[in-house]
Amino acid sequence: MSNNAVVSQPAEPPQSLPRKTAGTGYALMLALLVIAVFVPQFVDSPSHQNIAILILMAAQMGVAWNIVGGYAGQVSLGQAAFYGIGAYTSTLLFAQFGLNPWLAMIAGGGVAALISIVIGWSCFRLKGHYFAMATIAVAEIIQIVFTNWEFAGGAVGLTIPMDQQGWDVFVFASKVPYYYIALGLLVLTLLANLMIERSYFGYYFRAIKDEPDAARSLGVNLRKYKLIAFAVSSFFTALGGSFYAQKELYIDPASVLGTGLSIKMALVSILGGIGTLSGPVLGAGILTLIDEGTRALFGGTGRGTDLIIYAALIIVVAVYYPNGVIGWFKSWMARRQAVQSQVARGEHQ
Amino acid sequence: MSEILVQTLVSGLLIGLIYALVAIGLTMIFGVMDIINFSHGEFLMFGMYSSFWMFSLYALDPMFTLPLTALFLFGLGVVVYKLVISKITNAPMVSQIFTTFGLMLLFRGIAQFLWKPDFRTIEKSMVSGHFSLAGIQVGTPQLTAGVGAILVTVGVYLFITKTRLGAALEATAADKEAARLMGIDSQKMFALAWGIGAACAGVAGGLLSTFFPIFPDVGANFILIAFVVVNLGGFGSIVGALVAGILVGVIEVMGGFLLGPQYKLAIVLVLFLAVLMFRPQGLMGKA
Repeated sequence: MSNNAVVSQPAEPPQSLPRKTAGTGYALMLALLVIAVFVPQFVDSPSHQNIAILILMAAQMGVAWNIVGGYAGQVSLGQAAFYGIGAYTSTLLFAQFGLNPWLAMIAGGGVAALISIVIGWSCFRLKGHYFAMATIAVAEIIQIVFTNWEFAGGAVGLTIPMDQQGWDVFVFASKVPYYYIALGLLVLTLLANLMIERSYFGYYFRAIKDEPDAARSLGVNLRKYKLIAFAVSSFFTALGGSFYAQKELYIDPASVLGTGLSIKMALVSILGGIGTLSGPVLGAGILTLIDEGTRALFGGTGRGTDLIIYAALIIVVAVYYPNGVIGWFKSWMARRQAVQSQVARGEHQ
Repeated sequence: MSEILVQTLVSGLLIGLIYALVAIGLTMIFGVMDIINFSHGEFLMFGMYSSFWMFSLYALDPMFTLPLTALFLFGLGVVVYKLVISKITNAPMVSQIFTTFGLMLLFRGIAQFLWKPDFRTIEKSMVSGHFSLAGIQVGTPQLTAGVGAILVTVGVYLFITKTRLGAALEATAADKEAARLMGIDSQKMFALAWGIGAACAGVAGGLLSTFFPIFPDVGANFILIAFVVVNLGGFGSIVGALVAGILVGVIEVMGGFLLGPQYKLAIVLVLFLAVLMFRPQGLMGKA
């Protein structure tokens, strides 16, 4: 494990570079955001609007996962538990008790954050593989509980009534409001990420990830900061789950608590670039388009062709581009700069 | 009442032996090269299909085709190692997790593509039926599978502890660098671990095929349990996997009997977490 961390280091570009690429990254993100605001103006087809929403949702999940998995380096493979807790809490509060769904959504985030602290309290004693396995087990237990919990609809699930619509009840017939809410959620999650990256939390998280022993010897309370990362990540993951419930108007354990969902959250980050701000957003775009594209092209023929292509892509990325699209871009920039400076020196002589 | 208890214990023991066999392959790969193989359940699935096709195309009974299944899966394990895993031996943990996770999806996709998502079963193999012994009902396929799992487990254990190749494998697991200095080619050892790991899962699949439905996603039923067994037994420990496999099988069946079958897996997972908290290295693992 420790030598793995060392091996991953040389792929990083020289120190002077990140600032420049980070600047380009922010500019790119801002440009993307401006484009994103106008997307529904150009995309009329509800099915295309839906794909745009799916990308935003995947990006939001990935950005939320990245807080604990990317920045703090704690590979949780059970974040679907919090997605589901968010979805169930808000749906129960809204559909059964008539609480305003916006408040119910925040309540869902709060419940998930609290539960994540309870879970993290014990699981953060474990490292590496053991932690990853434990989070899978916890998520699986929560899925079994919900599947057998009559009050929460059991295996059948819960439905959100559609009799009222509008911004006050967070139920819409059109895709466009959902699109803007998903975009808003993503921006909110990105801002939280940005604040963490800029504040001392970010330094502590990275210290936990890269040099846990050194951080401990400097008096950093590792468990406290791991718990903070876990709780913040779980809060935003739960908001994503509540949004899913409002958009689909129906949830069941398989759709909001499945292990595949946990994996997807992490995958989005890894594909784009783990531990970076824009990585999960890029990863979400690429993964969702490939996922939907292969399904549209090959899904009709059945027989798992879409699954094969999707899986092959995951393997290729994991094997050849472990630092994701962003990592690939950074090393490409670094190479280009090195060549340019060589050329410059050559001309000077 | 006591008869039901014994009956439950026996069923738990028999399924536990299969769990142990699945987990031994997994723990071996982990022990030798520190990689968790998410696609391990799919090796088991391929073992089941191997049994099924030899039975339905050539009327060869699964009991006779087990060595062939082992051979196929050994080959598959080595090929997977050479083509994919050998490229990520030093990669960060997340890359390794996603590589084997991708393999899991790929294998399921391939199985769906080749054989459709239908459920298939092997009917009327030579071990079908059941008998009663001192009032206890025992399914012949289950008993055969349990005995087969013990034989293979003992065989693997003897191979590791008594042969030169096994010793080389253990040396690589203990310290790659030192083993390399002693002239052991770690690449070959890794390939061997993947071959044996896949073969164990494949044989477990072959043994299961006489009484368990065969379908592309069948591995999902075993992978989580296998992780629990590996973790409980201690990553890399074969004896630990055997003990933990039996333990998990018995707890699962007993828990299902006492609290209802829908909570079987949850009980196993809670126990798993509890042990993890107090003894993270597992029952037989080194700290």
